Amino acid sequence: MRRALALLPVGLFVLVLVGFMAGLRHDPAILPSMLIGKPLPAFALPPLKADQAGLATADLTGEPVLLNVFASWCGPCKEEHPTLLRLQAQGVRIAGVDWKEEPAEGARWLDENGDPYMRAGNDRTGRAGIDLGVSGVPETFVVDRRGRVRYRQVGAITPEVWTQTIEPLMTRLKAES
Amino acid sequence: MAAEVGQFALILAFVLAVVQAGAPLWGAQRGEPVLMALGRSAAVLQAGFVILAFSCLAASYVACDFSVALVAQHSNSAQPLAYRFAATWGSHEGSMLLWVLILAIYGGAVARFGGTLRETLQARVLGVQGLIGAAFLGFLIFTSNPFLRLSPAPLEGVELNPLLQDPGLVSHPPLLYLGYVGFSVAFAFAVAALIEGRVDAAWARWVRPWVLAAWIPLTAGITLGSLWAYYELGWGGWWFWDPVENASLMPWLLGTALLHSALVLERRGALVSWTILLAILTFSLSLVGTFLVRSGILTSVHAFAVDPRRGVYILGIIGVTTGAALALYGWRAPTLRTGALFASVSREGGVILNNLFLSVLAFTVFAGTFAPVFIELAGKDKISVGPPYYNWVFAPFAVPLLTLVVFGPMLNWKRDSAAAVLRRVRIPAALAGVVLLLVLVTAGWKAMVAAAGLALSAWLVAGALAIPGRRWWAGRANLGRSIRTTPTAVLGLALAHAGLGLLVLGITGVTAWHSDKVLTMHPGESTAFAGRTLTLQAIDLADGPNYQARQARFDITGKDGAYSLVAERRAYATSQTTEAAIHVSPLGNLYVSGGDEADGGIVVRLWDHPLIVWIWTGGFIMALGGLVSLSDRRLRLGVAARAPTPAPAVSPAPAE
Repeated sequence: MRRALALLPVGLFVLVLVGFMAGLRHDPAILPSMLIGKPLPAFALPPLKADQAGLATADLTGEPVLLNVFASWCGPCKEEHPTLLRLQAQGVRIAGVDWKEEPAEGARWLDENGDPYMRAGNDRTGRAGIDLGVSGVPETFVVDRRGRVRYRQVGAITPEVWTQTIEPLMTRLKAES
Repeated sequence: MAAEVGQFALILAFVLAVVQAGAPLWGAQRGEPVLMALGRSAAVLQAGFVILAFSCLAASYVACDFSVALVAQHSNSAQPLAYRFAATWGSHEGSMLLWVLILAIYGGAVARFGGTLRETLQARVLGVQGLIGAAFLGFLIFTSNPFLRLSPAPLEGVELNPLLQDPGLVSHPPLLYLGYVGFSVAFAFAVAALIEGRVDAAWARWVRPWVLAAWIPLTAGITLGSLWAYYELGWGGWWFWDPVENASLMPWLLGTALLHSALVLERRGALVSWTILLAILTFSLSLVGTFLVRSGILTSVHAFAVDPRRGVYILGIIGVTTGAALALYGWRAPTLRTGALFASVSREGGVILNNLFLSVLAFTVFAGTFAPVFIELAGKDKISVGPPYYNWVFAPFAVPLLTLVVFGPMLNWKRDSAAAVLRRVRIPAALAGVVLLLVLVTAGWKAMVAAAGLALSAWLVAGALAIPGRRWWAGRANLGRSIRTTPTAVLGLALAHAGLGLLVLGITGVTAWHSDKVLTMHPGESTAFAGRTLTLQAIDLADGPNYQARQARFDITGKDGAYSLVAERRAYATSQTTEAAIHVSPLGNLYVSGGDEADGGIVVRLWDHPLIVWIWTGGFIMALGGLVSLSDRRLRLGVAARAPTPAPAVSPAPAE
């Protein structure tokens, strides 16, 4: 009895250790989005430049589209930017949400670095970001032709992310009727 | 140059740690004094080389040597000197080096000052410490080398995360590590005792001060961390049940249990195998904390850059050290002598209750922290365990424990009568009753929980003061003499328990009566909040050493007088921080945080935190109590060894 009791701690410890080992294989950075499979929340954002059109949920239906949340103050966005420009040149539809800054700052940034967006809106207060569940920038949502969110990319779209994950998904979404 | 010297010193330290692990363990087994002496020299030398390596890294940081990759990643020349120095442990590699540094210094101290220990015991303790040291030095050298060079060297480094550029960084990690790593000594003693198969009075006398010496900085470190989060993170909370906070709370809870059970072992020779088990588990939980921060198994605000390879290595270290220690425990513990008999109503019985509650509390925190890992493994969704879980599970065990705290020191060793104990606590009980009634009468039935909390706090503080109080009352004929002859251990005990009472006071106040308000304010506007009137006087821009600040200046008049506060929002090169303005007073803090700009004004968040300052005051007083207790003559090691008390006779102990 005493012996069995004394061996109990090491037995329990082995169980916990096995759990930790298995737990290490999971990536805690993968945050599932509540929105997957659901329609985009409704928003209507003002434009970055006064003479342009803004961005509303209704603009994002009809064709699959990437909804990219960015800000001029964000380093990884700068890193991501050339990829977005390349995708635009390939004919990928990208909409932009300029998050938590003055519209003029976002507009200046696009003037300097190039504008990959077919439409962009400014979310100065971060309200639309809250509805989308944005945890930081950059973040990108893949939206299908019926306006439903199909995938959420946290962090920059690198060429690898594009070719391995998003491009196959976009091809599939285009094939959906 | 410094980096190469540091790298070389680190490798030498690793080799010495291997020697320290091998020679004394082998020597103790074979009775070879030369090998045991070699172990002692290796421990002292190893400490020397780790100190050298750490100094080299610190010097590279202070001198802004950006050819060292680690320095370039975590420091730039615009940072003030104190933060350039503290950045030494602001990264994964650097903090691991600090960890090893403290371990090596403790090892050196056991080798240098442990001369009064039985030689084989000392040798085995050093051997176990050498094993841990070798494992972690290997971890540093093979997976996280702090001295890697960068070529070409950049002209400027990447700034340290601005949240870390705070006096908190200078003292919080070293204090925590002193605590975590300090428990390695108790662990090494426990394993050495299991190898020897015997636990005697000298063993117990040695272990308790070491446990205390680890518990004090851990208590202070956790308190400081809570304070830092409160003023720096800008949400006005003091405890978030974040996985990494929990990682420090778990060893604290078990370490507190160990502190009390080691007392019973020291004084009465009872609870032998339980104390050994606690010593093993406490250090293991410290290791789990290290694992948690660096492996990426859970997300946390504290996490370092995550690398699963490191996680596997640390998990390996935990598996080997804890696994081997617990297996050894399973093999040897049944053969350890059992302690003296005692009745259920006795000081020993009280400590068993204390240990039971503290262990259950540690388990609830463990379960809450790791539930997401295990639930995800079971194929369910990602979940996060938040404050509601802890409120429902932690509090129901914490409150009875806190209620029982007062009885502990009032109990006699060996046996006592319940009626006599109740008589001894009548004054604290009466005081608590008065507080309860006063609050209920003034605030009504709705304040029932708050009233109970305040009564509990009064009960704890009065109960703590009653410990020396009863002593002095008994010796009142010659009061001066009875005060002078009070052992500092008694004063330390009273301080620590009173600190706990103040902690309860703070938690109760802020939980029951806090209020907050969010609004947009323009310069010149006023608002009424929690018995005060705040006026936003002006919004100015100012330059700091390596940041730009937007300062919002408020004038406040109201229940705590008239004063001004400046809430800052700082823009560093890479990110922003919020420096809240806090007016501190014993009755309550006003916490003002200036957020985003909106419509020409700024978003202002206001919090009223009644009594919150007592949370940290209580925490620091607990640590102070530990320090006072550590200064007791009884715990000074030489004295203890020269006048050993005979170990109690071997007899069965039903209570164990």
